[in-house]
Amino acid sequence: MASHEEREIGGLERDAHGRLVLTLADGSTHTGIVPIRAFPLGAPREGVALVGATGREICWIECLDELPEDVLLLVEEELASRDFMPRIRRLVEVSTFSTPSVWRIETDRGSTSLVLKAEEDIRRLDASRLVITDRHGVHYMIENQKALDQASRKLLDRFL
Amino acid sequence: MTARPLAADLVPMPWRSGLLSSLAEDETLLAVLLLDLDAELRFGSGIVAVTSARLFACTAETGGDWKQWTLQSGLRLSHYDHGGVGTLELHDSERRLALWRYTLEQNAQALRVVDAFDRRRDVLAGLVEDHTAGEHVCPDCRAVLEPDQEECPICAREFETPPTTWTLFRLWRFARPYRGMLLAGFLLTLASTAATLVAPYLTMPIMDDILIPYQNGAPINAGLVSMFLGGLLLSALVAWGLGWAKTYILALVSERIGSDLRTATYDHLLQLSLEYFGGKRTGDLMARIGSESDRICVFLSLHLLDFATDVLMIAMTAVILFSINPTLALVTLVPLPFIAWLIHRVRDRLRTGFEKTGRVWSEVTNVLADTIPGIRVVKAFAQESRESQRFRDANLHNLMVNDRLNKVWSVFSPTVSLMTEIGLLVVWGFGIWLVAHDSITVGVLTAFIAYISRFYSRLDSMSRIVSVTQKAAAGAKRIFDILDHVSSVPEPVRPVHLAGVTGRLELREVAFRYGSRSVIRGLNLAVNPGEMIGLVGHSGSGKSTLVNLMCRFYDVTGGAILADGVDIRSVPVAEYRANIGLVLQEPFLFFGTIAENIAYGRPGASRAEIVAAARAAHAHEFILRLPQGYDSLVGERGQGLSGGERQRISIARALLIDPRILILDEATSSVDTETEKEIQKALDNLVRGRTTIAIAHRLSTLRKADRLVVMDRGRIVEIGQHEELIERRGAYFRLYEAQARQVDEEPVIRPLPIPEKEPS
Ligand SMILES: Nc1ncnc2c1ncn2[C@@H]1O[C@H](COP(=O)(O)OP(=O)(O)O)[C@@H](O)[C@H]1O
Ligand SMILES: [Mg+2]
Repeated sequence: MASHEEREIGGLERDAHGRLVLTLADGSTHTGIVPIRAFPLGAPREGVALVGATGREICWIECLDELPEDVLLLVEEELASRDFMPRIRRLVEVSTFSTPSVWRIETDRGSTSLVLKAEEDIRRLDASRLVITDRHGVHYMIENQKALDQASRKLLDRFL
Repeated sequence: MTARPLAADLVPMPWRSGLLSSLAEDETLLAVLLLDLDAELRFGSGIVAVTSARLFACTAETGGDWKQWTLQSGLRLSHYDHGGVGTLELHDSERRLALWRYTLEQNAQALRVVDAFDRRRDVLAGLVEDHTAGEHVCPDCRAVLEPDQEECPICAREFETPPTTWTLFRLWRFARPYRGMLLAGFLLTLASTAATLVAPYLTMPIMDDILIPYQNGAPINAGLVSMFLGGLLLSALVAWGLGWAKTYILALVSERIGSDLRTATYDHLLQLSLEYFGGKRTGDLMARIGSESDRICVFLSLHLLDFATDVLMIAMTAVILFSINPTLALVTLVPLPFIAWLIHRVRDRLRTGFEKTGRVWSEVTNVLADTIPGIRVVKAFAQESRESQRFRDANLHNLMVNDRLNKVWSVFSPTVSLMTEIGLLVVWGFGIWLVAHDSITVGVLTAFIAYISRFYSRLDSMSRIVSVTQKAAAGAKRIFDILDHVSSVPEPVRPVHLAGVTGRLELREVAFRYGSRSVIRGLNLAVNPGEMIGLVGHSGSGKSTLVNLMCRFYDVTGGAILADGVDIRSVPVAEYRANIGLVLQEPFLFFGTIAENIAYGRPGASRAEIVAAARAAHAHEFILRLPQGYDSLVGERGQGLSGGERQRISIARALLIDPRILILDEATSSVDTETEKEIQKALDNLVRGRTTIAIAHRLSTLRKADRLVVMDRGRIVEIGQHEELIERRGAYFRLYEAQARQVDEEPVIRPLPIPEKEPS
């Protein structure tokens, strides 16, 4: 059995049901392909697995940039719908400094509010990046803590 | 129509009129889903609604126009979720017609929409009869509701309210039982403070009646001197006695409050579900219960007491000063507002600072709690320096946070001192001026100076109360965070009691997710009393999760689990678990003797019962070989036991409570084949006559099972007996094949025996 890295993508397209159909270089086709990032936080553009409908890995993409244009477009489109991680631009208001706390925020995907269940739901990735998981499991990212405006940083600081 | 007459009320106004006006005469609105995301995954709004004949949708993409589809067979509405985002798709046989997205906050609505859609489509196609008028079920757990019940009492959970900021007052709950002692302590404080104020008062007559007249040539009146000195000594002695009594009483009380707080927190912690422990780190919890409660205790016994004394002292001093000379008293009190302002300024910064130091301190303990149990791994991979670095980093972080805090704190305290010095200066200056103008005597000035140096020195220490109060408040908050946490496996409001459990279990449309990760979906299974079910499937297919749900370590997020026809969420947790015996892959032994460990679930068991259980678990003989038999210590720092031996002790533990339902989660996976044989014999004793759910990696272990349930990615894919499933050549066959191949490669493992069927 050929290892995943050796399998080459013949083509990728979307069928009428909106499912991705992958054709491998050996001619086999797989319907209902889902691309999954191996390191969504650490290295989002490297290491993407194309997983079949049964959860088996069909094909491994070392780096997204090496894909042909049309395939890349579809893969990125599908990834975008799976990796929902709004970037927080501003903290408008927090209901309380203890938890659970309701935060009104502005993100790159519009304004919304989130419920922070406990301080542990704020995960520090490195010196400046934070991932905040809300009550319903949506992950929000703060890309650069220091780039936030003064008021937001002050609010945020109370939880760190 | 009884089903959800309120669905229309859910629809916000701009849509409601549009939607209701487009409904036909006999068409009713069944369910709505309010979308909070658009198809590009931006936050926005939209709506999907199911009526008795059509599916409606209105989103920003359609420009606010309504799209509609007539319910008919061939249409399919499917939903799935990933990473907190739910997706609803409408398909016909050819293609996808539409796609909507929402956050999981709306998941219950989405489920309702899918449910209503499927039901109505099938009713309209004539496939099923319309039951909705007769039966009214909760869309989440499918429990049958009373006709007038809108919300399912089991599924409705209120959102936890955040604790109030002034958490320290909440300590009153723990202080209440000691009201009497607290009152006595307060009265003693009052008295002892008053006693300390006698001495400065006596300086006035000593100065004016003895020293000044002597300077002016009058002889010293020995009687008067000894009277004043005696008075000074007496007041000191009384102050000493009263001070001792008050400190003792209040220390006693605060120690008790601290201890009550600790036990209450620990008790509450034990009630919390596994979900809570999954999300918390051991070091953090230990820090909260250990050092934070201690900090509060010290605060109550030392600082709060000092503070109360200080306030009393200041109040009394102020009264005395005003009674001696109002003008001078007024001048003396000038720096007071400044100090109050300063305290106010600094308070907020200090509080957040102290909250931070608390958290950072937990970080330090977390590193310890991580590495010490894992020390074997650390050493095996020679990562001591890395762990040391991790600890150093945590420590460094601790230093940094403290440094920042101390920057504020260190200016604060000298500033208060400076203020008091300036205050004294003012009093001296003004006092000398008053003496020069003969408004007051030298004695009065000395008394004033004596009073206010005390007064200000207290102010200085009083300012310290700010920091300790903030510290204690931060600690109290972290403790109340635990106390306020509502278990996600709550006790039922109106508990139902199980009378004599038979061991019948029924899983209805069970769904479960860890956070946003869906692990079990739409699972149905009925287990008869006394039946043995073998649960097999790839690792990660949700077997352990399923038994966790059966044990009610977690509550299902959809559907329901019923024991003897009763939803297990309506049975008191402990009462329900008393019917369950659990044997895990990694048996946990507590520190204590073997006998105590076996009797863990039934501390009252007699020695004979313990030995009988150990015999049945095939543990008796190896226990006898230990130097102290059943009295040997095991657990941390105890007698080392092998995996198989521990396992048999945990089986004996389960045997002893004689449960109706027995759950074995890979009970034999971590031991060698010989030991497995021993354990298998032990298990055969345990299984007899009980409802058993057994998970086993080696399929051979399940030879006694009445039915095998094959799971894959959170679903049941096959149910049947061994031969049936082999013949079907499905998922079970593949698992079996894979193991048979392994057996060929590894001759040590004996071939899989053909299961002997037992009459069920
Ligand atoms: N506490 C948890 N938090 C999040 N996911 C979990 C947790 N426990 C298990 N899982 C996930 O749930 C799935 C099922 O796990 P589990 O029930 O332990 O599988 P099995 O026992 O069949 O091997 C796995 O994908 C696992 O990663
Ligand atoms: Mg498991």
